[in-house]
Amino acid sequence: MTDVVTDVMPEPAAGGRALSAPLMGRDAEPTLFELSQPGRRSWQLRTTGVPEVSLEDLVPAEHRRPAPPGLAEVSERDLVGHFTRLSHRQFSVDLGAYPLGSCTMKYNPKICDAVAVLPGLADVHPGAPASCTQGWLQLLVELEQQLCEITGMAAATLQPAAGAAGELTGLLLMRAWHDAHGQTRHKVVIPDSAHGTNPASVTLGGYEVVTVPSDARGCVDLDALRAVLDEDVAGIMLTNPNTLGLFEEDIVAIAAAVHEVGGLLYYDGANLNAIVGVVRPGDMGFDIVHLNLHKTFATPHGGGGPGAGPVAVSQRLVPYLPGPRPTRLADGAGDRYGWSTTPESIGRVHSWHGNALVLARALTYLLVHGGDGLKQVAQLAVLNANWLRTRLSGTYDVPYDRPCMHECVLSASSLKKSTGVRALDVAKRLLEEGFHSPTVYFPLIVDEALMLEPTETESLQTLEALATALEKIAAEAVEPGGAQYAAEAPHATPVRRVDEARAARTLVPTFDARRDVGS
Amino acid sequence: MQVPDGLHYSTDHEWVRQEGDKLRIGITDYAQDALGDVVFVSLPEIGAHVDAQGVLGEVESTKSVSEIYAPVAGEVVAVNASLSQAPEQLNSDPYGEGWICEIAPTDPDAVAGLLDAAGYSELIAS
Repeated sequence: MTDVVTDVMPEPAAGGRALSAPLMGRDAEPTLFELSQPGRRSWQLRTTGVPEVSLEDLVPAEHRRPAPPGLAEVSERDLVGHFTRLSHRQFSVDLGAYPLGSCTMKYNPKICDAVAVLPGLADVHPGAPASCTQGWLQLLVELEQQLCEITGMAAATLQPAAGAAGELTGLLLMRAWHDAHGQTRHKVVIPDSAHGTNPASVTLGGYEVVTVPSDARGCVDLDALRAVLDEDVAGIMLTNPNTLGLFEEDIVAIAAAVHEVGGLLYYDGANLNAIVGVVRPGDMGFDIVHLNLHKTFATPHGGGGPGAGPVAVSQRLVPYLPGPRPTRLADGAGDRYGWSTTPESIGRVHSWHGNALVLARALTYLLVHGGDGLKQVAQLAVLNANWLRTRLSGTYDVPYDRPCMHECVLSASSLKKSTGVRALDVAKRLLEEGFHSPTVYFPLIVDEALMLEPTETESLQTLEALATALEKIAAEAVEPGGAQYAAEAPHATPVRRVDEARAARTLVPTFDARRDVGS
Repeated sequence: MQVPDGLHYSTDHEWVRQEGDKLRIGITDYAQDALGDVVFVSLPEIGAHVDAQGVLGEVESTKSVSEIYAPVAGEVVAVNASLSQAPEQLNSDPYGEGWICEIAPTDPDAVAGLLDAAGYSELIAS
């Protein structure tokens, strides 16, 4: 099977086979513990002239370990080589297309990093008095204003550390609102297509989850929603477009129904990339909106840096926002910017000012794009997803066959029935074709789901190459031995198929050099 | 896909076996195949009362977390504690060692409202 290379690229594409695995090396990179040799050091302490004091004189016996910890001992050269090799094997948004649906893995413009490392921003201590940090405060106030303009909200907190932290903040705001109105409500409604963080946040926020099913078109079933709404419902959490990449066309009716029972509407901003600059959650009737700056506003994801999940609210919820908030002061007061906290505030949800350098990146992204540019972001993200959906609809199933927004959900259901090749196998095969895998098995309501989100940043040539690779994988599956080849993929990566079930069943969260290296 | 005769089946892919006045409950072969490798099972507490279609527990696989629904209302009288150490029994023997719990039904005739093997086979074929 490895010799079957029948595809012909119509045009050279960025990424794709030019970066196909293995990026470097044939074997898995050893751990630092396996590279360890007794006595090797990657550091040297400066001679200070301060006399050495023995550990016994400094730390009482009951607080001392009986033996030194089993740390890896490696030279600086081996240490740097280890992490450099790992970084070369890392698939990243800088390397190639990363169509991981629901995650908006768009390219992060380098100008945002350049701004974030400016000493005037990066070297300021968060505890510096407001009179010395007017520039920072202005930046935060302007970001808040821009995010409110985009969402159609009145004010925002920039503190939450990421999307899930924003969700919890939003639920605490929901609780504060109902408490202030003398009501104790117990339930929060979420659709069955929701992100897994939604029910988790609802539970963490002390509410009970009520799930509403999707209808045949993939949207919230309005009748089913009306059936669960009562005065014990604190609110509803929705993503629009939803996780199927479909716009909730009944959103105005949904908002009216929830407001009628005194509930609040929470907008999960995970899919804002589809609508930014085009429609505003506030105009749809939402009361609370969280934004994933690491998605829509191109700040680093996950290991690339801390996240930020600002929460914007409508006018009636402003008093409850976390404080202190950066604030524009009245003219003539000396300082133009300061901090303010309302008496009704739910308090801090993050130390200092949140992940401030991420916030600086997001404002840079907004200023670089401008209003027209942001609108184009959404338009191109939607166009790219629909191009993929249309192109691949002859190869994979399209469970909800209607125009999608910024992502399209396909299914390997027919492929599995006819060949035994599953969505997971397709995802693993794609890794060695030079693309990151799409999201698989989500949303849960789609059998053998393959969820592709190309984002606006991939070119038509790259989309061609991605679609060609996915078509090739499906075509291989029907050839003799093809299903087996897919089931064993990836073949060319330094680490092959990992045993996820064994890893989860026999969970060993600690590394023990003697046990795991066998020395 | 195995659908043994003599069992009752829910549309949520649970099976029910009448054992005296108790009902033993598990998930079907079809369900375990769709879930993939099961890595954790959250069991109900003995003595808990469940409504029909109420949540009995959760099955976590490498793909997803899915709820187990009570096919009929009743009181949980036994659970398969061995699943906490060996959740893979749900995959290897869904109708035997992989059973989940036993319920004393509120209405002894409630199983009559469930599907038989032929009806369930038809459901999963569609």
